[in-house]
Amino acid sequence: MIEAGHFAAFLAIALSLAQGIFGLRGERRLAGLAAISAFAVMALSFLTLINAFVTSDFSVALVANNSHTLKPMVYKIAGTWGNHEGSMALWCLVTIGFGAIAAATMNTGRQVFEARALGIQGLLGVGALAYLLFASSPYLRLDPAPFQGGELNPLLQDPALAIHPPMLYLGYVGYSFIFALAAAGLMEGRIDRVWAKEVRIWSLAAFAPLTFGIALGSYWAYYELGWGGWWFWDPVENASLMPWLIGAALLHSVVVTEKREGFAAWTALLAVLAFLFSILGAFLVRSGVLTSVHAFAVDPERGTVLLMGLLAYGGFALGLFAWRAPKLEGGKAWTLISREGALMANNVVLIVAALTVLLGTLFPLIAEAFGRTISVGEPYFNLTFVPILTLILILLPIVQAWAWGKADVKGWLRWAAAGAALVAVFLLLGVGLLDISAGAAFGLALGVWLVGGAIWELKRRAITPGRVFKLPRRVWSMTLAHIGLGLFVIGAVVETTGRYEATLALPEGGSGTVAGWNITLDEIRAIEGPNWYADRAVLTARKDGQTATLTPMKRYYPAAAMPTTETAIHKTGAGDLYIALGEAREVDGESRWVFRVYFNPLVDVLFLGVTLIGLGGFLGLWPSRRAARPAAAEASL
Amino acid sequence: MRARTRRLYTFGLAALLVLGAAILAFFALRENANLFYTPEVLAEKGLPREGKEVKVGGWVEPGTLTYSDGGTTMQFIVIDNSPNIITVRFNGVAPDLFREGQGVVATGSFAPDGTFTAKQLLAKHDENYQPRELKPLEAGG
Repeated sequence: MIEAGHFAAFLAIALSLAQGIFGLRGERRLAGLAAISAFAVMALSFLTLINAFVTSDFSVALVANNSHTLKPMVYKIAGTWGNHEGSMALWCLVTIGFGAIAAATMNTGRQVFEARALGIQGLLGVGALAYLLFASSPYLRLDPAPFQGGELNPLLQDPALAIHPPMLYLGYVGYSFIFALAAAGLMEGRIDRVWAKEVRIWSLAAFAPLTFGIALGSYWAYYELGWGGWWFWDPVENASLMPWLIGAALLHSVVVTEKREGFAAWTALLAVLAFLFSILGAFLVRSGVLTSVHAFAVDPERGTVLLMGLLAYGGFALGLFAWRAPKLEGGKAWTLISREGALMANNVVLIVAALTVLLGTLFPLIAEAFGRTISVGEPYFNLTFVPILTLILILLPIVQAWAWGKADVKGWLRWAAAGAALVAVFLLLGVGLLDISAGAAFGLALGVWLVGGAIWELKRRAITPGRVFKLPRRVWSMTLAHIGLGLFVIGAVVETTGRYEATLALPEGGSGTVAGWNITLDEIRAIEGPNWYADRAVLTARKDGQTATLTPMKRYYPAAAMPTTETAIHKTGAGDLYIALGEAREVDGESRWVFRVYFNPLVDVLFLGVTLIGLGGFLGLWPSRRAARPAAAEASL
Repeated sequence: MRARTRRLYTFGLAALLVLGAAILAFFALRENANLFYTPEVLAEKGLPREGKEVKVGGWVEPGTLTYSDGGTTMQFIVIDNSPNIITVRFNGVAPDLFREGQGVVATGSFAPDGTFTAKQLLAKHDENYQPRELKPLEAGG
């Protein structure tokens, strides 16, 4: 069975190569056929892998190392991509899948451009498949086959983590096709409206799942690691944040290219960089050059291969860029105070923010080269990334109303007054009455400013309230994303500055108080699951007449010889009461269980905000009724 | 506005922002890059400034783990291949794979008496994973 999958993968590499050759020779139809057939055989190949996991075929080395008969079915399936080799197979499948979808749907009226884009996507598929087949093959057999398998890392046996990798990969790999479009556009020397329209759609198709992928990973870290936090500025997290920031910059810059034929070279550069940063992310995660708190099987040799791939792709695309970019047209004229100026500021800020993340992530490596072992943590990012991004968030509600070319800024005094009033109110109420810090009050004001600004802009564009629902979908897409951004800021500020945490050590029947909650340990009970056993605490939490039962667990997975923490979360309107169970300790002659208790205010608002950003992206993907006939218009030109 | 003037302004503004970010990053890194101390490094270099956030790593010496503050604080001794030690205190729950005799990396700061108060503890994450800072120790041991 798995041999058929192995064979299919070789077939896929041959078809991808054919796609590359036909594509670069400008044969659109043949390249498209090759792309779709490559996807069909790669999908079959991936299915044989899933099948091996589902049937617990331990003669396949990958299954033997990462699965177990007792594991629940959903984690057997998710186990396919919960390891290095399987996740690379998924990477290949998604790369080829994007090519196939593009082959079936692209309709710009430019045969040679489309053929070349498919051709380059085919070559990217060849690269990914070569890495899969020759550097990390999931198709290898074991002889003799073991009777029982190892286990998927128990931390990964979790619903959010089951769908986190596919989402993240749709994002990372989605940028591969944008890379292909950029290279094809540069080869033709035509980075114009038609090109930009195509890139904008694919940018949304990558950005929206990337947003959800990051959010799922963050939510998982929040409840599974038991540390109460949702972002740790860990290299693995930063690796996903950098392509996201560049992708966000691209989404804004490509609009200028689409509407005004401006920023052509810059947009093409961002389109290339988004994918290069995705590969850089894979390199940082897989090579083990950086310390991460998240568990990944690392292999320095694979890291070297990824680094070579990064250099090859980067060299090719940036070389093409250096050759073609100077000849690109500048588009319509504009002044600094205009929508173009505002979007340029957005781009500069997002890229500088991404660079500060890059510096903070790579700095330990640089220092190590000089013989010093250091690490860079949250304080660095709070001092650089946060203020830089704040700059653009303050401006966003004001500048989004600016017109193309040259904006009328007569109303700026009103904007300044509204902003100042908002900050003053939050400072007075927040610092004066609620006793929060000035920084927190400012952050809250900023979040409200963003949400209010997004709604104000919707109102401005609708002119009369009745037309709000007749606005184009892309306006709604933008509004949702900007409201989400504001909600995220509110949630992040409140959660970070208002988090309360304490440690309790309780004997059975004992109680303690955290953040106004009286918490009693009723009992500790030993329970069993399909592939784990656990100590489960039953706690009763009481505050002002509210009562909640929380049951945090400490699980032990015997097959993996590994314990995990299962936190218990009680949702209140104001935030999460969050309890993680620790170990038993002998203190003062009795056995006490230790608990880490957090109160995380408004943490759901934060995740709701990120969800809205992702939904905004998906909404923008939905084809609007009016935009159904662009190819005809282009063909008639 | 002429294209050249605009380009000048654009690059000027961008350069200003990049410069600002670079200055921020420089000071942020100087203040917040955490140095890594093993007991041996501590003996060589002496104590860092009080309250300065650093990392400490080594092996948890067996038999030294004790509890105080009603059980909420743990205290243990970290050793490496040198005769030196560091005493670490941590208020909280031990990481899942924290064991006496195993590797641990703590983030926190030193008190003037040389005891280390951790605000975060990391232990071996799973069977395949080892905090990277400890690899040289393992090779030497």
